[in-house]
Amino acid sequence: MSIAFRVNGRQVTADADPESRLLWYLRDQLELTGTRYGCGSGLCGACMVHVNGERAFSCQTTLRDIADKSVTTIEGLSPDSSHPVQKAWLAESVPQCGYCQSGQIMSAADLLAKTPNPTRDQIVEHMSTNLCRCGTYPRIVKAIERAAREA
Amino acid sequence: MTIHARTVSPATRGPSLDRRLFMQGAGGLTFAVALGLPASAAEAKRVDLSPWVTLATDGTIMIRGPAIEMGQGSRTSLPLIFAEEMDADWSKVQIVRAAPIDAVYGNPGFGGAMYTAGSSAVTGYYKALRQFGAQVRMVLLDNAARHWNVPITELTTEPSVVVHKASNRRLGYGEIAAFAEVPAKAPEVRESDLKDPSRFRLIGHDVMRVELPTKINGTADYAINLKLPGMIYGAVLRTPVPGDTPATIDDTAAKAVRGFIQTVPLPYGVGVLADSTAAALAAKDALKVTWARKAKGWGFDSEKGLKEFAAAARDPARPSKPWETAGTGAAALATAASVHEAEYACDFAYHAQMEPLNAIAAVAPDGQSCGLWVGTQSQTMAVTATANTLGISPDKVAFHEHLLGGGFGRRGPRDMEFVVDAVLLSNAVKKPVKMVWSREDDVRNGRFHPLTAHHMRAGFDASGKLIAWHHRKAADIVTEFQDPVRYQKAGQKDFIGMLGAELKTYGIPNRQVDQITMDSGMRTQALRGIGFGPNKWAVEVFLDELALSRGADPLAFRLDLLKDAPRARAVVEKAGQMADWGRKRDGRGLGVAYIDYSGTQIAGVVEVSVDRANGQIKLHDVWIAMDCGVAVQPDNIVAQTEGCVVYGIGLALSERITMVDGEVQQSNFYDYLIPRMRDVPPIHVELIVTQNHPTGVGQMATPVIAPAISNAVAALTGKRLRHMPMTPDRVLSVLKA
Repeated sequence: MSIAFRVNGRQVTADADPESRLLWYLRDQLELTGTRYGCGSGLCGACMVHVNGERAFSCQTTLRDIADKSVTTIEGLSPDSSHPVQKAWLAESVPQCGYCQSGQIMSAADLLAKTPNPTRDQIVEHMSTNLCRCGTYPRIVKAIERAAREA
Repeated sequence: MTIHARTVSPATRGPSLDRRLFMQGAGGLTFAVALGLPASAAEAKRVDLSPWVTLATDGTIMIRGPAIEMGQGSRTSLPLIFAEEMDADWSKVQIVRAAPIDAVYGNPGFGGAMYTAGSSAVTGYYKALRQFGAQVRMVLLDNAARHWNVPITELTTEPSVVVHKASNRRLGYGEIAAFAEVPAKAPEVRESDLKDPSRFRLIGHDVMRVELPTKINGTADYAINLKLPGMIYGAVLRTPVPGDTPATIDDTAAKAVRGFIQTVPLPYGVGVLADSTAAALAAKDALKVTWARKAKGWGFDSEKGLKEFAAAARDPARPSKPWETAGTGAAALATAASVHEAEYACDFAYHAQMEPLNAIAAVAPDGQSCGLWVGTQSQTMAVTATANTLGISPDKVAFHEHLLGGGFGRRGPRDMEFVVDAVLLSNAVKKPVKMVWSREDDVRNGRFHPLTAHHMRAGFDASGKLIAWHHRKAADIVTEFQDPVRYQKAGQKDFIGMLGAELKTYGIPNRQVDQITMDSGMRTQALRGIGFGPNKWAVEVFLDELALSRGADPLAFRLDLLKDAPRARAVVEKAGQMADWGRKRDGRGLGVAYIDYSGTQIAGVVEVSVDRANGQIKLHDVWIAMDCGVAVQPDNIVAQTEGCVVYGIGLALSERITMVDGEVQQSNFYDYLIPRMRDVPPIHVELIVTQNHPTGVGQMATPVIAPAISNAVAALTGKRLRHMPMTPDRVLSVLKA
């Protein structure tokens, strides 16, 4: 069965099991490996993407869920790392191992799209969906505050 | 003209490259070895100035990085140390991964191995890389002197430029590359030839870590992202306890999974191959396997086990191995006017690096060579494990280093079992195989921070001076399981498990630390903070109890014991100042802990409150003061320390692995709880920068947190938490007691 959707502005027609997970389709079929596998259970947020502008765990999203919808991955957030969140991430030297950071950035971009000037509590609440084992949380907060200021 | 551009294949390594020649430059360094030139380098002509650096005529300087990168920053900081003494323009530097050759690139401060662990990269390579960089600068000066026909003593350098002030001439390093002659022997470098630290331009000055731009746009090169032509996908169901074997295998349901290719029986489990990772993991989950149940670990129950460990630590008749003895040791307790006693415990804990373990192997059709793509903490151990698995020599393994999505010790076992998984699966089909562990595999197959029980006794003399200390610790031997080779080399000392139990800086004249070795049959492994985690938990909480028993302020009590250790005193005083230690807070408690971690001096204070209804400990602030000597990359040190604190919070409050009948009971982040942003308070870090030799930073703050929290809870409630993690149920039961 084929399912049509858009990924980073490109039209995709997937010939795949409609119950298969978007995460693996992105990574293995489209080779968009910036979206990461961390837990497979919607617990860590390493796989976070945007579906029609809303953040979503791609490991919990089936291809059926995204039929005729528009998916944005870290690769599509900006063509040249110029999204304010990406710039702030570098300015604050956020990443350590970096594995979770695509998901963190996608969550942060989602927050700022809806709440351009979030309070610290709003940042903490929104970003607590995403795990970072290296413990970059203090810098994520700073980077989101910077992105809000500089956007 | 003598431009050496010979590429050494791994086949020529070995005894012919005497490590000392490279490491000490003892008059015999051959500069004629160059390895791993990047394909992306400019078209410019290149000259290999040493095994560590290649210079191109366009000025590009390619420096070899011997450490892997797992977020700690040493992929950047080691070449930066070299660049400092070479006087390289950092904007012209490209960092190239060093080839897996211990003899050339091994860490002189870590047994000569290419092994990024133990927070040892900067401290271990610092002297050597300064020397190698200075040697290369001398070669450049010498070439410029001959080119201009002037005495070398009239020449100086600026970043990537040799300058002759007398004639106002300048030669860029890239220009020198066009005619450079490289001596067969390394120039001798004396201490006085090295830069005075006041002239450092790179050391002590923050630069952006080189791989950072790839970590904000999805392009960072973790092995799990790689796709090779013709590659298939694998997963492995592994025996729950180490050393066991499958008894029966039923793969009927696995075969029904769309994309299934084949089952591969393994000595320690069952592999499956499929046309995608999702299919491989699904097929693996559909396997029905029974186990031979011959291995030791079956039947082990961690709750009962801890009781046995505690009884062993408590029982003076139980044989033990000495770890540290000073003065008259435990015998001094007999002379004490008062003796205090307490027991502490730590549960198993799991690394939880965010990238589940994985590797890609491509065994050649004849089985006589193999490509390997992996994020590992030891390039050479990964190569050796592959070679041993296939029965081939290490030079037949083409190793490709990748970024690590977290390490924390997990990616550094001697047997590299996750590499072996990929190699065996690929060998079964002679195709490239990407082998990925699911998160559940990663938890259940974890190699854990060990279960430990500590029995502590201490004695004061009649004047109130702490004169005797006896620490008996019962635990599995970590080093023997993780790395039998280093365990034997170390004279069968369990340094991974025991480090941190010794007390180098506290002025306690008579001390004895004993290890009682248990044998639960479980897997254990270095985890961020290694033995310092459980050992400092026992030491720093016990010291707090001793202070309170004398009616002493816990911070002043420590300062008194540290009166002959000025660097230690400085960090304890600093942490106290940062926290405004003397100020009482309503409904809040402050706790302190101090650690001498392999030379790094670190103290922390935490402020807590406790919800007496549900037993939740809430953290309000964490203050850390640290002296790691020369701070090579100060902001990165702060970042590492923030990360250490977060890691320490998880170990202190929520992270707990339990076993029933040898099987791990947890499986994912719903039942193994690592800190989320909402669990982390403001973290304040201050560095006391000294000119001491740089020491480690990557794990030093982690073991500070748990004892500081217990001490803070005691200050607030008068109740003592002695079992880590301090979960709400444990807090409640202690509050009610």
